[in-house]
Amino acid sequence: MGLSDAKSSNGVMIVRVEGQLVVGNRNELKEHLQGLLEKGERRFLIDFAQTGYIDSSGLGALVALARKVREEGGDLRLSGLNEDLRSLFELTKLDTLFAISETPDQALATF
Amino acid sequence: MTAPHTHPLRLCVRRTPVPGEIRALERVVMRVPSEVDCIEEAVAVLTRHCLSGAAASPKVRFRLQVALSDALANAIVRGNREDAGKQVYVQVDLLPDAVNIHVTDEGDGFDHASVAEALDPQSPDLPSGRGLFLIRHMVDDVHFNTQGNSICMTLRRQ
Repeated sequence: MGLSDAKSSNGVMIVRVEGQLVVGNRNELKEHLQGLLEKGERRFLIDFAQTGYIDSSGLGALVALARKVREEGGDLRLSGLNEDLRSLFELTKLDTLFAISETPDQALATF
Repeated sequence: MTAPHTHPLRLCVRRTPVPGEIRALERVVMRVPSEVDCIEEAVAVLTRHCLSGAAASPKVRFRLQVALSDALANAIVRGNREDAGKQVYVQVDLLPDAVNIHVTDEGDGFDHASVAEALDPQSPDLPSGRGLFLIRHMVDDVHFNTQGNSICMTLRRQ
């Protein structure tokens, strides 16, 4: 999995997940966002446009991150889920937990 | 940064015809070390073999990847408890219209009937407990052996 960051013009930290988000690397994402939180970032958009698949541990990591960000008074939103990835969120009802947009631009407009 | 493997990654894939078997055209066998860092590569290799030589939709590929990843994670983390002395055994029977995948660990097994078939709709925010639920939705059929340390998943190619 590869992670890359970009800061939007309205101050949202965009984190792009490339590859798979699975049990073997979920802690990389958790530690990455934890580091950004410690630097003072509070608004996050995780973009999955370059993501292959996510397993249940990856979904669990996102849930834990959403909780952590909320506890810190922040906001975590998602974008770029293809039809297969979106079906995982719908099956597990996580589409009710996250604000999900089709594209990063659409998501950024909602912050 | 991903931690280095504590011992070399050893993925042994054998692809052989199965004599006497009418249904199985070929059988792929793999042994996976009990390290979660091995799972992604194991899934990639198994998916390549499962879907080679036959048309498979992207949706089938996706479902296979998610089901394999979660089945291997269950076997390594819950079954073998990440014991480096234990391995996970994967056997894939390639049928004309489907793949049968057995994932077996060396743990004591668990009572799969005790795992709820549905997630609690009131608690979508639990950080864990979705593995078996996802597997059941990704594949067409799921069975366990009596001991509860082996899962058999059937996925139709189309």
